[in-house]
Amino acid sequence: MEFTPIIGLEVHVQLLTKSKLFCGCPNLFNPDNPNVQTCPVCIGLPGSLPVMNQEALRLSQKTAMALNLNLANFTKWDRKQYYYPDLPKAYQISQFDLPFSYDGWVEVTLPSSGETTKVRLIRAHLEEDAGKNMHDESGRGGDSKVDLNRTGTPLLEIVSEPDIRSAEEARVFLEELRLLLRYIEVSDCNMQEGSMRCDANVNLHVHEDGEKIPTPIVEVKNLNSFRGVEAAIEHEIKRQIKAWETDRKRIGDVPKETRGWDADRGQTFGQRGKEDAADYRYFPDPDLVPVTTTDEQFDAIRATLCVFPADRRNSYVSDLGLSDYDASVIVDQGREYADYFDEVTSVCGDGKQAANWLTQDVQRELNDRKIEIAEFSILASVLGTVLQKIVKGEITIKSGRAVFTELLAQSDDGSDVTANSVDTIIADKGLGKVQDTGKIDIAIQAVIGNERNAKAVEDVRGGKQQAVGPLIGQVMRELKGADAGSVRQMIIDKLTS
Amino acid sequence: MDITGSTTGQLLDAMQNGTVSAVEVTQAYLNEISAHGETVGAFLSVDSEGSLTQAAEVDRKRSSGESLGKLAGLPVAVKDNICTKGLATTCASRMLENFVPPYDAHVTTQLQNADAIIIGKANLDEFAMGSSTENSALQVTRNPWNIDHAPGGSSGGSAAAVGARLASMGIGSDTGGSIRQPASFCGVVGMKPTYGRVSRYGLVAFASSLDQIGPFATDVTGTARLLESIAGYDVRDSTSVDRPVPGYSATVEQPLENLRVGVVSEFFGEGIDSDVDASIRAAIDVYRSLGAEVSEVSLPHTRYAVATYYLIACSEASSNLARYDGVHYGRRAEQFENMIDMYAASRAEGFGAEVKRRIMLGVFALSEGYSDQYYLKGLKVRRLIRNDFDAAFENVDVLAGPTCPTPAFKIGELVDDPLQMYLSDICTISANLAGIPGVSVPAGFSSNGLPIGLQLLAGPFEEEKLLRAARMFERETVWHTKRPSFS
Repeated sequence: MEFTPIIGLEVHVQLLTKSKLFCGCPNLFNPDNPNVQTCPVCIGLPGSLPVMNQEALRLSQKTAMALNLNLANFTKWDRKQYYYPDLPKAYQISQFDLPFSYDGWVEVTLPSSGETTKVRLIRAHLEEDAGKNMHDESGRGGDSKVDLNRTGTPLLEIVSEPDIRSAEEARVFLEELRLLLRYIEVSDCNMQEGSMRCDANVNLHVHEDGEKIPTPIVEVKNLNSFRGVEAAIEHEIKRQIKAWETDRKRIGDVPKETRGWDADRGQTFGQRGKEDAADYRYFPDPDLVPVTTTDEQFDAIRATLCVFPADRRNSYVSDLGLSDYDASVIVDQGREYADYFDEVTSVCGDGKQAANWLTQDVQRELNDRKIEIAEFSILASVLGTVLQKIVKGEITIKSGRAVFTELLAQSDDGSDVTANSVDTIIADKGLGKVQDTGKIDIAIQAVIGNERNAKAVEDVRGGKQQAVGPLIGQVMRELKGADAGSVRQMIIDKLTS
Repeated sequence: MDITGSTTGQLLDAMQNGTVSAVEVTQAYLNEISAHGETVGAFLSVDSEGSLTQAAEVDRKRSSGESLGKLAGLPVAVKDNICTKGLATTCASRMLENFVPPYDAHVTTQLQNADAIIIGKANLDEFAMGSSTENSALQVTRNPWNIDHAPGGSSGGSAAAVGARLASMGIGSDTGGSIRQPASFCGVVGMKPTYGRVSRYGLVAFASSLDQIGPFATDVTGTARLLESIAGYDVRDSTSVDRPVPGYSATVEQPLENLRVGVVSEFFGEGIDSDVDASIRAAIDVYRSLGAEVSEVSLPHTRYAVATYYLIACSEASSNLARYDGVHYGRRAEQFENMIDMYAASRAEGFGAEVKRRIMLGVFALSEGYSDQYYLKGLKVRRLIRNDFDAAFENVDVLAGPTCPTPAFKIGELVDDPLQMYLSDICTISANLAGIPGVSVPAGFSSNGLPIGLQLLAGPFEEEKLLRAARMFERETVWHTKRPSFS
């Protein structure tokens, strides 16, 4: 059976504002102290009125720019009405027919094939988050509780076209989205804490007898990890194949189904279908005035944007000569990591050298210490200084590693390490490259003249160049900081000329 | 001195020159409430202790030479859909019978800042839905001029309190005439300001795009004084307008020169009571005698106003009242099967028939497939109604007509005929749809002794002009000096 999975995602992202969308309550994840971040406005007491948080709209518009969305100069607020205990006004202030942004795209590259695709976006709109219902999960039928700390948190809803063709692509799209939103510092996109949430719409186009048959669309709700998104879609595709093979139901034959995801069992499961019955009775919120943003205001926001991850990867490859792989590794670690890399590169003048050190030596330390780059004790300027000396040929890579290790040791002892520390360590440990050929010559003579080395010397003379290794090693032990390459050449010259 | 028979100006003067203290003033009104409060039924709660404490504080400030607000020592009746921190705010509904707000409405704060004395919370139609105060789930309010008649509504408690001299001033809210119509029925001055002139923060919403808080007093000057104390921009209400508040009381005595009065022909249509017709035509003659240029004006879309109003108001109400679901506050049914049933049972118990009628109408009008032909069409007609007014105000300064086609009807007379009841708002509703200010001033009595009100309307933010025009009429007439016999 031939088929194509058709996948569209709805992503909800909480914005990093200080206060909530329509009141002054703090916007903080605070599950341990329920109902403390509330006021008459966000709990919908009689007579209270919403006032729009300008910063939330600004962050939303900034996001839209990063997602290649068109921005509306005129936007308005609508009420979406439904009853649920976590929704104290019994309506959510959202945007219906005139969202602040529409028609955008995100470019994603699939690791499995290296293929790059564009996932189009239908729209992004701003709305208030609901509270959280907590049910007694013991099965003893205890009371359900409602925490309204989250109520009114600014929430961006990003809706993609059904352009996604695999579970992997869905995951990569989400990862790219998270990376982008973290780069521009609008959200921390923490799926565990719910600051990024995802629903997936999945169906199949079955290809049969030259015909393309769409199967019923299923919405999988509340996917709360990247792995979960991928696994749920994978499972759903398999399930829908089986369903097609047994009942051959096409789109429209049954109402749209909503399913949940059971991560423990690795299965989606049917939920009570409320979608078909829902009439949200949207209408413009009379408590809020429409919002107008001028092109000049958009320009001011655009001026605050950083270089986006995709552009950064491209420039690392084309301007610094990095491999696609290294460029992605660095960019995908996040903005602070890439900023660190940029600074090391600008100080040492060699992107590849910087990339090698960052992805190997630095990364190993970060992993061992379980820390983020922001907590790393060797500042980018200091590492850059070390690498600069390597690039200029003042120290060997091996000496560079010794300096790096010593810098770490010193900072672990509580000292602040600076660019000056680098010079001190090189001087104290005699790690500077030995450029004095006279000194090297004496050392070589001593090694060649040593009885123990007679066989090796003979072999080299006889043209067996690999025999030179042990001789180089002995010279190097004698002379810290000598360049192995030049020692090698000098020994060969001496023995074969 | 006859304290409760005095105007706000006379009381302020008397307190200023030491003839009476604020405590004596408040006590005099509390005595009137003791004597007649039960008969009239204007108040849902009377804050005797709190108001006397506030009055004593005014007297203390005065004696120690501290500065005092513009309403210092004047007792005011506040409609019970306006939040007062620590004082029950019931909206005359079973749903909120025990609701005590943890915060003050902007207007409440403004009254306190002006050193007014909040003497009690006044009755209303449940959630301000009605034209007679008969929809109050908690109490009957009677017209002080004839207790068999309704005081009008929905701000019937505030109007009756001021009419019966149980309070010096009143605060109401006007969504389709709910200040002006009861003012007319109770023989007092009542004003609906321009939409956005007074902050709605803390006013329990009925129809957000139409609701506006406004003042009641026995005379125009008192009305001007109260309005200037409560009006102004408030950041907490996005629809409040940021423009300066003129000193209305300072200019109210200045007559308008070359005043142009437009008489709205549509307001004298079918169903107008002959006494009302005669009184309002006589009132317009008063303006003629003052040299005003009087012309006939047509507002052709008036005939759509009531239908448009009920679509828009009910649609918004259905949404605004959805929060009363028994989950977080307010009434929760004791018996229910599950979550949905809890909602249904709580709302079935908590709301009265008129509220349910309007919620159902609003839910229907906003339903998918219907909102285009009802709610959205209503918004378009609303624009046409506003255009009528804009055109009219190009040629006249104020529009004049009856506030209501009839004097106060009898209690129970229209309760079974909601459509007829809705029509009593026909002259007032357009101003809410257009967002313009309007005032009702006493303009005579019917043959059976019930007050008749003259309504004047002006363009947006023309409250100053409106009050001056109203005062010109008031100065030439004695209607506002009449008091119901028992008070």
